[in-house]
Amino acid sequence: MSQAADAKDDQTGRFAVPGKPRPLSPHLQVWRWHVTMLASILFRVTIGAVSVGALIVLGWLAALAFGPEAYTGFLTVAASPFGLFIGFGLTVVLFSFILNGARHETNDLGVGLSLKTANTLASLCVWGPVVLAVLFWAALFATGRAVL
Amino acid sequence: MVQLTLPKGSKPAQGKVHKAPAGAQNVKTYKVYRYDPTTDESPRWDVYEVSADDHGPMLLDALIHIKNTIDPTLAFRRSCREGICGSCSMTIDGRNTLACTKGWDECSSSNITISPLPHQPVVRDLVTDLSLFYAQYDSIQPWLQSDEPDPEKERLQSPEDREKLDGLYECILCACCSTSCPSYWWNQETYLGPAALLQSYRWIADSRDDATQDRLDDLEDPFKLYRCHTIMNCAQVCPKGLNPAKAIAETKKLMVAPSRKKSAA
Repeated sequence: MSQAADAKDDQTGRFAVPGKPRPLSPHLQVWRWHVTMLASILFRVTIGAVSVGALIVLGWLAALAFGPEAYTGFLTVAASPFGLFIGFGLTVVLFSFILNGARHETNDLGVGLSLKTANTLASLCVWGPVVLAVLFWAALFATGRAVL
Repeated sequence: MVQLTLPKGSKPAQGKVHKAPAGAQNVKTYKVYRYDPTTDESPRWDVYEVSADDHGPMLLDALIHIKNTIDPTLAFRRSCREGICGSCSMTIDGRNTLACTKGWDECSSSNITISPLPHQPVVRDLVTDLSLFYAQYDSIQPWLQSDEPDPEKERLQSPEDREKLDGLYECILCACCSTSCPSYWWNQETYLGPAALLQSYRWIADSRDDATQDRLDDLEDPFKLYRCHTIMNCAQVCPKGLNPAKAIAETKKLMVAPSRKKSAA
């Protein structure tokens, strides 16, 4: 990288040692994650996944609009093992979205920010969605609403 | 901007290995980040095998031992060796802390990685350039601003009001928190970071300070304050046990408090 480019990219001048840009120290490469950081990044992933889920709901509505044939096709895919797998994933994502939303709401009130509580809440938000989704699908299978 | 990998020229290569003498007991392996600005070489990881029986209980003791007996070229900052000057902050065993208060027996294994504070420009070895960090501290105007005329003696404060500063005033500006924060990694040119925000709140919470609204006005910005997403790394690593995330949350609450009068600007 040329010196001029360095100066342009670096507003503070901290990287622009004349003739020799300073290296950037390792960050993610060396970091050992705390559960709060894991919960935070999973929430980010969740937000992306929920958007994908919204597209699937859109597809469902579109199938409905296209008539009985398209709708039957959609339901066949949804009831296939792959469809059920996606369905399970989406419930994990939704529960994660709800739990993390509640956690952030709590934090925004200035509550639950002591390390002990924050770690507990974060662990709940990491594992809770999986547990809740398993229970949800167990209930669906038990009541015959979902079959393999 | 989020960049998960290190840029070209910053990726450390495998460096030298300094073996422990045969028969050494209680050997710890330190993988230490090295960078020499006087050469054209990229950073590297040097490995030092050291008997913990040969030095004191802290990581700083190990580093000083390495510098004294194995490799005098190793550069790191240190001063007080008792956790009050904040000089020897670095990443040890994957977490930011002070080398002088971290025991080698507290690490997660016998293979201990030591690198400079994360996502900072490296001056040399474990020494980073913290000028932006200090500029951000300066920007929050870390001094008492009172509308009252100077009193003859000290400005009085009730014990209750004084208590509100506990957990805030103890900050030693070691930069462990700010440089542990992923939000700060990606946005350090615009986000003030946990240390500066903790200090900002230290003055906002001070009953003797009258610039509270101005201080809040200054933080009314999409990035300065609101890039905190309560990832909590700051509180997890603070060597003084402080909680910047909590101080930031309190500041955010004041931002939307009914009593807050926003400036015309």
